Amino acid sequence: MDGLRKKLFSRKSLGLWIFLGVALAVTVGLAVFVSPWASSSPDGLEKVAEEKGFSGAAEDAEPAWSGSPVPDYAVRGVENERVATGLSGLIGVAVTVAAAVGLGLLAFVLNRIHTRKKAGGETREQPIET
Amino acid sequence: MHIPDGFLDPKTWGALTAASAGTTGYALYKVREKMDEKIIPMLGITAAFIFAAQMLNFPVAGGTSGHFLGAMLACVLLGAWPGFLVMVVVLVVQCLFFADGGLTALGANVFNMAVVAGLLSYFLMVLARKTLSRPLGDKSSLLVTTAFFSWLSVVLASAACSFELAISGTVPLSTVLPAMVGVHSVIGIGEAVITTVVVAVVLQARPDLVDAYRGAGVLPVPAGGEEAA
Repeated sequence: MDGLRKKLFSRKSLGLWIFLGVALAVTVGLAVFVSPWASSSPDGLEKVAEEKGFSGAAEDAEPAWSGSPVPDYAVRGVENERVATGLSGLIGVAVTVAAAVGLGLLAFVLNRIHTRKKAGGETREQPIET
Repeated sequence: MHIPDGFLDPKTWGALTAASAGTTGYALYKVREKMDEKIIPMLGITAAFIFAAQMLNFPVAGGTSGHFLGAMLACVLLGAWPGFLVMVVVLVVQCLFFADGGLTALGANVFNMAVVAGLLSYFLMVLARKTLSRPLGDKSSLLVTTAFFSWLSVVLASAACSFELAISGTVPLSTVLPAMVGVHSVIGIGEAVITTVVVAVVLQARPDLVDAYRGAGVLPVPAGGEEAA
């Protein structure tokens, strides 16, 4: 992963970092400062479920997973609803960035192992940096 | 249109979970050679942006709200398979961290919002662009097709959702399909506007980061046909 790191922190990548920085600032701004003012009306599916009389099917069902740390986009224990929503947005942005970058790195590492195996020449174990 | 637990019966969510898991595995295999210093951070920022934008419900007619979906945005910016994976990340995070969409319905939600609204809709868009055979580097045709197919992606996803509800015996198809497609054809307008504006901004700032622009006219799916460079 040395090559990747070198490329990422080279001068040539400066423009990319600026782009990413601006995009991240916009994203955090939306998640933290705009999301508390989003419409709280039911969404398309919820509304159809209410009107066509099948929303009860979800209300009666036991949730299959109840371990969500931030259910319904509101951080627990924060009294101000808008702050609770904004904080949940910040958490969500951090988690999605980490998960997506992690998945990309995983694919990158797996590919490197795969191509090295295919090349066949190198048998010595090399530590995989992460 | 995140489906909660209880709307789908086990055969339906079971089959869709298998289909989505299989597609995710295949996508990971497909993207492996594409991973470089540009796309890995782009995966992160695209996923985060879609997550954030999905929080912003906007009102549509009659006490209903809609929100951005982002599947077409992800595919246009990153290519079909990386775009699909970004949607999977967003949906999994929403389900596990925010209780948005049921765990049993996660496979169905991935199917509707990443396979149908992402892979399928993007494939149709690439097909359309090939048929129109616009010259490489024609930004305006990219934006026009992006607008139309991102609208279509939301409508198709809502139709898929309706079929799943009907197959599960939750509600008759003749009842749910017109209602779902009706409201989502309005929500889709918001989708088209947001997707097109974001793609236009990125095209202006960094055209090299828009996969559909770099690979204009190239089918995203043929085996090994993608430009590795």
